[in-house]
Amino acid sequence: MFWFYNVINTLTIGLIGFSMPAGPARNRMVLYLAIGALLWNFLSILFQEVSTSVQWERWEGTIEYSFMAPIRRVTYLGGVCAWAVLYGLVRTVVILIAVAFFFHINLAGADLAGAAMVLVASSVPFIGLGLVAAVLPLLSTERGAQATQVIQGVLLLVSGVYYPVRVLPEWIRWAAVLSPATYTLDAVRKALLSGASVTSLFGVSLGLLASGVVLIPLGLGIFTLAERHAMRTGSLKRNG
Amino acid sequence: MSIAGAEFVRPVPVDPQALALCAVGVHKSFRERESGEHQWRRVDAVSGIDLAVPRGEILGILGPNGSGKSTLIRILATLLVPDRGSVEVFGYDIGRHRLLVRRLINRVSVEASFFKKLTAEENLAYATGLYGVPNRQAQAMAREILERLGMPAKKLRVPLEQLSRGQQQKVAIARALLTSPTLMLLDEPTTGLDPKSRREVQQFILDVRQRHDATIVICTHDMDEAERLCDRVAIINRGRFEAVGPPQELKARHGATMEAVFFTLIGESTAEER
Ligand SMILES: Nc1ncnc2c1ncn2[C@@H]1O[C@H](COP(=O)(O)OP(=O)(O)O)[C@@H](O)[C@H]1O
Ligand SMILES: [Mg+2]
Repeated sequence: MFWFYNVINTLTIGLIGFSMPAGPARNRMVLYLAIGALLWNFLSILFQEVSTSVQWERWEGTIEYSFMAPIRRVTYLGGVCAWAVLYGLVRTVVILIAVAFFFHINLAGADLAGAAMVLVASSVPFIGLGLVAAVLPLLSTERGAQATQVIQGVLLLVSGVYYPVRVLPEWIRWAAVLSPATYTLDAVRKALLSGASVTSLFGVSLGLLASGVVLIPLGLGIFTLAERHAMRTGSLKRNG
Repeated sequence: MSIAGAEFVRPVPVDPQALALCAVGVHKSFRERESGEHQWRRVDAVSGIDLAVPRGEILGILGPNGSGKSTLIRILATLLVPDRGSVEVFGYDIGRHRLLVRRLINRVSVEASFFKKLTAEENLAYATGLYGVPNRQAQAMAREILERLGMPAKKLRVPLEQLSRGQQQKVAIARALLTSPTLMLLDEPTTGLDPKSRREVQQFILDVRQRHDATIVICTHDMDEAERLCDRVAIINRGRFEAVGPPQELKARHGATMEAVFFTLIGESTAEER
């Protein structure tokens, strides 16, 4: 099955927590890690999907046909993003069910509404980041996808997906401040591990939304510039 | 004012007196670097092309490889911005009215570009969806078009990578026609097809002009095709038109057959890849 690897990966990371002695600390650790794996799964889909589809269309050569269609670029990209959110949600829920089943997680003290609010808010800046990253395969079919993965790797490193950001070496810790994923992970963990309420997470959610309001137009702007560049240099063509 | 364009693609008001295509002084050059080379070279792919195509005409662009045919088609198709010059489609400037022009045109390239793992139906659904054509109508039209092109409908349900090159090219032609373009840009649509498929596609192109009141620009390096299909033929070499006229007229002036015309105008030595 398609998602087999993702499910197993999440479970494996959760299992790392089981190396601790049994007790509440262990339960907390397992949940801490599982939240990291799940959220990273969701956010990386949002981040990758636009980039992946641009890459795919370039590879197959269909991008010249899609870009020739009488449709605004915003509409086209909006469609791809909507698909990414839907796909990301469905895949995350499937993995969540598998995790809950496997680990018998007890979410009694968790605030699910707060976590959901943060998650929705965080998808906005991540779509923005995804649009910025999609410019790379638009500029270069071969190296674009690799460059996207480099950015994704940096985000994984600095955002505190599986550890608190304070364990990062000093020289890179500042980067955590810039990543929207840092705030998302921190806030969702507060909601699920410590039961932080919706109201206490309002500020973070608003901040995430605000960063999205900056990042989405920025991504669209850069994408439009890159498309114009491609139309001048003729870099969209694959062959013929 | 009459309404041209598709039943499903939002129609564009078109002046019946307007030329389908009018290009003036179009230039396009690229920077190119061969592997191992350090210096960039400038390649003048299209250098000073003027073009006036009345509505309903089939114009052939005949030229050797690398003469600038595809570059010209890409410019007309709003995929490349010319360095200099202007292009109007039914009176609309392709730079200023890009979205309007895009509703009026479609293009078929040499390479039938598809999502190869998906079926023809899925590819057509995606492509026509971008134009706002309802999928049910699109699929019904596609079956009809492909039947006229001599392709069985069951082939629509297998991944495109399993179709022959000729079959893929037929699906590509259907994809273009489903958006009912008033101006069709065909870039070597029959290159690499077997003689039977080539005949079918050629007959179909004539059909399309008749039935759909379409204007067609077709690039080719097939002399017979140019003569058989085109009202006028432009001989292109090194990004320039050497001559434009009806095949009969070109033959009267430059040689007994289209091939003779071609070699007279282009010269034996230069009629190869640059
Ligand atoms: N996107 C591009 N980048 C760089 N050079 C190009 C590009 N497209 C075409 N060329 C160059 O321009 C010239 C004309 O190419 P093209 O228009 O494809 O010719 P044709 O279709 O007649 O074979 C060739 O020398 C080709 O290498
Ligand atoms: Mg060509």
